[in-house]
Amino acid sequence: MRPRAQRGIGQWLPRLAALALLAAGAGPALAVDTTPALPTPELQQRYSALTHEFRCVQCQNEALADSNVSLAGDLRLEIHDLLAAGKSDDDIRDFLVARYGEFILFRPRMSLKNLWLWAAPGVLLIAGGVVAVRVLRKRASLPITDDDDLAGTGGTGQA
Amino acid sequence: MKRFFWPLGIFAALVIVLLVGLKHAPEKGVIKSPLIGKAAPEFKVPLLTDGTQHFETAALKGGWHLVNIWGTWCFECRNEHATLLAIKSEGKIPIIGIDWRDEDTAAMQWLAQLGNPYETVAADRDGRVAIDWGVYGAPESFLVNPEGVIVEKQVGAMTIEDWQSRFLPHLTAGANAIGTTRQGSGSSGGQP
Repeated sequence: MRPRAQRGIGQWLPRLAALALLAAGAGPALAVDTTPALPTPELQQRYSALTHEFRCVQCQNEALADSNVSLAGDLRLEIHDLLAAGKSDDDIRDFLVARYGEFILFRPRMSLKNLWLWAAPGVLLIAGGVVAVRVLRKRASLPITDDDDLAGTGGTGQA
Repeated sequence: MKRFFWPLGIFAALVIVLLVGLKHAPEKGVIKSPLIGKAAPEFKVPLLTDGTQHFETAALKGGWHLVNIWGTWCFECRNEHATLLAIKSEGKIPIIGIDWRDEDTAAMQWLAQLGNPYETVAADRDGRVAIDWGVYGAPESFLVNPEGVIVEKQVGAMTIEDWQSRFLPHLTAGANAIGTTRQGSGSSGGQP
């Protein structure tokens, strides 16, 4: 048993080292975004935030920033150019929504059409609260019918 | 029984809402273009065959046009090609091809081999025009009316059924509304 285990580690160490080397070399391959950098860190910051805000419409579940589809690259370049031209974040959002619709936004905007969706959690919470209060009040007003003296009152008190 | 009425009712309503949501989930189908009902975007693209000449938005006015975004790298475009050729042979509408992010030589070879359904082919080499048209996957086709407004859109390969059921009715309805001027202005403006 023992010599075999030792030989195992001895065999695996160089392989692991090779794997680590390969992984280190794979770093540049992960760089999806080849859009040129913007002149100021502030613009670059906005660029990075914006490209994470939009959906890659072709792949749908990836952000523009993470997608290596050519269209995503074109859209990143478009965002880059709009930022460089001094457009505001909202201008850029409007630009993309006008072309691809609300679906391109990962975080949908509030509008009359989806207002009920935004309101739904609050409405449900209030409705649930009203129902709970009513039920509890109704139960509180019920006479305590005890078939078992001690356990009965204790049980209803906690429930 | 009565005490179950409300919870059951609410549950049933929720099921209906979720079912409708599932059916309409954008991931399941096609993203509805916000461009339908709007004027065709402003653009100017060099022609595939002659880089000194351009195609621009103004040329879409005065007659019906079918704007088709395609590329030789696009598998579905090959499937769609027969439909486009059939539409061309019908002779009711000129098709404007926008060759998206493609190599010119490959595109010209494609047209020579498979036939050319387009009246004009423009080359959108850097993909800027496709962005303005809200294109997210080739092929896509837009029906543009004589006022230059987009009235219908197809994402993915168009079949002859798609054309006849969703596109052609616009043309015939439009022809009735505009009268006899459509054919005249369409063909004279379309074919230089």
